[in-house]
Amino acid sequence: MSERESAVLIDIRELSKSYVMGREVVTVLKQVSLQVRQGDFMAIVGPSGSGKSTLMNVIGCLDSPSEGSYRLDGTEVRGLSDNKLAEIRNRKIGFIFQGFHLLPRLTAFENVELPLIYGGLSAKARKERALKALSQVGLEQRMHHRPSELSGGQQQRVAIARALATHPPILLADEPTGALDTKTGQEVLALIEDLNREGHTIVLITHDMDVANRAKRTVIMRDGVLSEQRSEGDEADARLPDGFEKRLVEQA
Amino acid sequence: MKLTQGFRMALKSVLSNKLRTALSMLGILIGVATVIALVAMGEGSSRQVEEQVATLGTNMLSVTITGRGTETTLSKEEAMEFADIPNVAGISPVVSSSSSVKYEKTSATVTVEGITPEYEAVNDFSVQSGRYIASIDERNTQKVALIGVTTANDLFGTDDPVGKIILINGLRFTVVGLLEAKGSSLTGSNDEKILIPLSTAQRIFQSVGVRQVYIQVTDMDLMDAVMALLEVRLTEKFRGDSESYRIFNQEDAMETLSSVNETMNTMLVGVAAISLVVGGIGIMNIMLVSVTERTREIGIRKSLGAKRRDILFQFLVEAVTISGFGGVLGILLGYAASIVIGRVMDTETAVSTDMVLAAFVFSAVVGVIFGIFPANKAAGLRPVEALRHD
Repeated sequence: MSERESAVLIDIRELSKSYVMGREVVTVLKQVSLQVRQGDFMAIVGPSGSGKSTLMNVIGCLDSPSEGSYRLDGTEVRGLSDNKLAEIRNRKIGFIFQGFHLLPRLTAFENVELPLIYGGLSAKARKERALKALSQVGLEQRMHHRPSELSGGQQQRVAIARALATHPPILLADEPTGALDTKTGQEVLALIEDLNREGHTIVLITHDMDVANRAKRTVIMRDGVLSEQRSEGDEADARLPDGFEKRLVEQA
Repeated sequence: MKLTQGFRMALKSVLSNKLRTALSMLGILIGVATVIALVAMGEGSSRQVEEQVATLGTNMLSVTITGRGTETTLSKEEAMEFADIPNVAGISPVVSSSSSVKYEKTSATVTVEGITPEYEAVNDFSVQSGRYIASIDERNTQKVALIGVTTANDLFGTDDPVGKIILINGLRFTVVGLLEAKGSSLTGSNDEKILIPLSTAQRIFQSVGVRQVYIQVTDMDLMDAVMALLEVRLTEKFRGDSESYRIFNQEDAMETLSSVNETMNTMLVGVAAISLVVGGIGIMNIMLVSVTERTREIGIRKSLGAKRRDILFQFLVEAVTISGFGGVLGILLGYAASIVIGRVMDTETAVSTDMVLAAFVFSAVVGVIFGIFPANKAAGLRPVEALRHD
């Protein structure tokens, strides 16, 4: 299959992450290994406290791993300086957050423009790219509105446009539908699916099995261990009984 | 990130919270306004003093002869020889005495000075009506007199003194001119005096020489050089006795006065500087609150690729914008206040460009100094924790 032959974008090997809390050392990620290829649409599922957010932070270079290796698009991330990490976040990753995380004082256009400013693009190039990203999510009509003047679904679409603006190889979505009602959630998911079809690599984090099932691949996080995998290609190999999925959803 | 982009961002954020910005600006604003207004007042008063001293002639030396043995005076000719000294612009020998002056039934005791026509230029003291004492009056020992405004008022009331006959030491003099009003100076009132030709004065006061010589120097910077040469001449004349004469420099008097003024100015600036520092602390306080309040914004910016220095720069520019803007408004307010103070207290005020510039730079520097700590705090936030903050 073509997917298998495409380049590995995210290559995590035996990665651990631990925090010092008081006098105790809490290990949140335990020897996690994960590969994501170009064009993948992968969901990371798990109940709260399972460590999936920490995994997302590490994938998104917001946090650095304690042990193991993480190669992003061929670059080893562990041990990089804060400035280098900021640069990688700007170039390689587009974040889509649960709470949208738009800056309330800026208009939709200015929000989308922001990562391009930090990327050091010229005013002309910024305008071009921001407009293109906004039209990709169908919001070019509302670009001069502030987030407070937009609906939740529209806000999330602005956030997606912002993630797309820098043309990052990876889109990292953390519960993108978590703050939306079912209908707008479905619309946003459809948009994400469209983006994947256009060739964007997507890593989606959720506790909702229905959302996870829209992805091509699903990995399950539990107590810091990445235990189970399912992918469209080898559905038969899935060792996950239906009941487990149900339990997972109930727990979440 | 480019500089202009950073400024635009900071300006936007500063403007988005107008009340807070205005309040935190207030400290700097008042500080700068105080500095400007107080220094303008100080500057005004020192200029006033300067002007007063300047009317006496700042580039003037006065030589007073006390004498040694039988040589108690200089002759007029000896005095005029000082003109050989380079950079001497004019010489005005003077004989003076206190005399009783009488007009009809009114009499007064005033200083009568015997002068040469050079007095007008050297002492910068002219007539407002009538004529001055001419060389021919001096040559012919004419009994003509110039009269000061106060004395004229005492003797003649509102009548025009020019052409009237007065008695000085019982001798009849014709008043030919009314001196301009000059006010009082350190040496006493200039308006209570009568000027007569030197030769006439020498005759009626029975004095042969002159005891007072005013010397005008071409340039204020050359005062010291002229003074030194003058001293050589006088020492020679009095055979090495430096106690026989005294050379008085008008500049010395001015320096004394301005040093008093300067001390006061320094004190005022010190007080105002303290208020600027207090204003700076106010800005730091607001910036710290702002950093806490905008932790999530900082997290978002960092997740989008903002580097440490981008965040540092943003907050620093915000602090400098607040303080700089406060500084500009303070300068305007201080300028307005100095004009109002000048009007109300009827003193002269002068706002110097240097002071305006210094006040602005100082307020910007206050912004940098008190902005660095909060900005550094913002820049050092970890993106994960900042994003989680609400």
